[in-house]
Amino acid sequence: MGPASAGRRAAQLHRPPEGGPTWAALLTRLLTIAATALSAGAIAADMGAVTRVPLPRIEAGAGERCVEATAYMRRNHMEVLKHHRDETVRDGIRTTQHSLANCITCHAGRKTGRVTGSDGFCSSCHSYAGVALDCFECHADRPAPAMAATKP
Amino acid sequence: MKTEATPIPSRRFWALLAGGALIVLAGLVAARFMEEHGHVVTGMNNQIVWGTPHVFAIFLIVAASGVLNVASVGSVFGETAYKPQAPLSGLLCLALLAGGLTVLMLDLGRPERVIVAATHYNFTSVFAWNMFLYSGMAAIVAVYLWTLMERRMGRWSRAAGIAAFSWRIILTSGTGSIFAFLVARQAYGTAVLVPLFLAMSFAWGLAAFLVAQRVLYRWSGLELPAEIRARMHNLLGLFVVAMLFFVLIYHLTNAYFAKQLPFERFILRDGGVYPHLFWWGYVVAGSLVPLVLIWRPGAARAGGTLAAPLLVIVGAFALLYVFIIGGQAFPLDLFPGYATTSRFGDGQVRAYAPSLPEIALGLGGVGIAFLITLVGVRALDFLPQASPAAPRGAAGGAD
Amino acid sequence: MSVDLDRRKFLWDSAALAGIALAPGITLYDLAQGRAPEIPAPKGVRWGLLVDMNRCEPGCDACVTACDSENGLPGGKRPTDAQWIRKIELKDVRGRVRSLPMMCQHCAHPPCVDVCPTGASFKRADGIVLVDRHTCIGCRYCMMACPYGARSFVHEPVTDQKPEVPRGKGCVESCTLCVHRIDRDRIPACVEACATAGHKALLFGDLSDPQSEISQRIAAVATTQVRADLRLDPGVRYAGL
Repeated sequence: MGPASAGRRAAQLHRPPEGGPTWAALLTRLLTIAATALSAGAIAADMGAVTRVPLPRIEAGAGERCVEATAYMRRNHMEVLKHHRDETVRDGIRTTQHSLANCITCHAGRKTGRVTGSDGFCSSCHSYAGVALDCFECHADRPAPAMAATKP
Repeated sequence: MKTEATPIPSRRFWALLAGGALIVLAGLVAARFMEEHGHVVTGMNNQIVWGTPHVFAIFLIVAASGVLNVASVGSVFGETAYKPQAPLSGLLCLALLAGGLTVLMLDLGRPERVIVAATHYNFTSVFAWNMFLYSGMAAIVAVYLWTLMERRMGRWSRAAGIAAFSWRIILTSGTGSIFAFLVARQAYGTAVLVPLFLAMSFAWGLAAFLVAQRVLYRWSGLELPAEIRARMHNLLGLFVVAMLFFVLIYHLTNAYFAKQLPFERFILRDGGVYPHLFWWGYVVAGSLVPLVLIWRPGAARAGGTLAAPLLVIVGAFALLYVFIIGGQAFPLDLFPGYATTSRFGDGQVRAYAPSLPEIALGLGGVGIAFLITLVGVRALDFLPQASPAAPRGAAGGAD
Repeated sequence: MSVDLDRRKFLWDSAALAGIALAPGITLYDLAQGRAPEIPAPKGVRWGLLVDMNRCEPGCDACVTACDSENGLPGGKRPTDAQWIRKIELKDVRGRVRSLPMMCQHCAHPPCVDVCPTGASFKRADGIVLVDRHTCIGCRYCMMACPYGARSFVHEPVTDQKPEVPRGKGCVESCTLCVHRIDRDRIPACVEACATAGHKALLFGDLSDPQSEISQRIAAVATTQVRADLRLDPGVRYAGL
């Protein structure tokens, strides 16, 4: 079988079946349907329709303000905590500014005294964002009595 | 005889697949149950920290490295009669390895942290080395299979076979080192465990191969010539003897050290279930009876039985149970010359009973190996297209 | 004016120089009085314990109770319950009964650190052997390796942990020498409880400092380490064994 006939045969094999849609056409159809569905959902959410997951209700922490800016904390709190935890555990550095215990002292809910639970400061955002929260399998979610800030 | 291979009948295949999947599902459910409630739902405790899942996992991993020997005999040692069996050997290696590693990973206290284990390494630990050894094994066997099954790569199969064989020797030595490096307990901490584990891998790997091959060939209408079967059974007999030898010198040397004598008495005579399992399970059922079956007059002509390798596998589980769990049940000797008691179990033999989640998890690993083998054999040409021919001469060698 | 600028610069420079010269002294002073939180655990220190068996009373478990309550341990007796310190009763061939507390020995060459695959089990700069529970995968290899049976595995979910002592299901743990107290210049809870109970069998201190009370006692009295033949050089020594 020479190269020309091999090429012809290959073309025959790759020709789509007669009368039916090509793969490309099918894929385009599928993507269009998906895009329409997603945008419909987004529009519905924007219009304030009931969302499936309740938006987090974030209770303001105790004290005047957080140790870092809110926008910075939203983006970087996991890095801050991760860095600080290694310093504390491995090196014994126990500064309080970025320590988890200090976070909990201010951010523990006024009624529940915890940062976990349905309205907890940590849990409400994490469950909304769907990010697993591993910390409180080991860490206490309530402030230490001696470290509790004076609450209003 | 040249019988053509037929694929496993469809109904049987789907029934087997469903059965295997159910066993795997039970194992996964057990793992989830253990993860959610903690290891308190198992029989393990602070003294017996490695239980039944480890017995299954170590069997599967040791057998995985040994089952590759059949392929190595063909590629590395040039026995061409074994070459048609090499792809199945490679597939079984991958399947058993996958099953064993799954059980190990799911038995961790924090199985979701396998990523941490893959990114943080402490290279004084054999476990850290094992991360590379096991994954490297899988990669090398995959490449080796490629050289065996892709005609154009055939000329590389010897090099790949040598690489796979060398790697698996290192891997099995690493598995033995896990225990050999433990100075704390009287059952471990001895260098002879490394060659013992090597001998175990040879014996158990070949036994697993013989069982799998015989069953799969029967389902596919294939038959191995009696001469090859007899030679493989003979080899199994040699490996069982080698393993017995290392077990013997391990216990004999221990018995010479006065400080090890209480442990030896416990394992071999006074320890209740452990001596029974050792003598009846491993020595008699797992070693002596198979040797009789393999070397009884007329056995070579009959071409071997399925009972011998099956019994070797039973003996494997018995030996591992005694070695892993019996070794932990015996108390640490902190204060020689004193009788110690405490509320934490010092000085006492700790009781252990396998729990249902542990057994289910272990069997789930076997199920994973079974499924991978079954699907692999169905999907690709791991079994030969026709029954292999009998070797022409005494030294073998029909192409 | 150039002269004034030079003087100002001179004053600043000499103040800085004085500060640099004094800083090590201030640091040492801090070590003696209490470490500032941003200073890491010092390398020149090795914390240890001395157990005086002649003072340890069989039947008393004040140290165990104190450790349980300080660290939020369940205090149970099941084989799956964590126990960071335990009392062992020894009976010799003549029938004489004595007891001693056994906890993590904080070895200088810890086998648990050697075998941990992720490096979660580690030795801090000041000699305390700890488990970094962020990295622990719960493989229990360190429990197999520990010659003293000092490590426990958390077999159940844990709630209501002490904020100073995080601990949770699936990780391995052992005596931390009350590292959260040591870092704040206090002594371990067991040592304090034994003193409160009137026995004073436990002594805590810096083994590297020849002037510390523990070093002076070790120099004066015969002490041994448990399983000394293993040459792990534990930080816990026993007098009267």
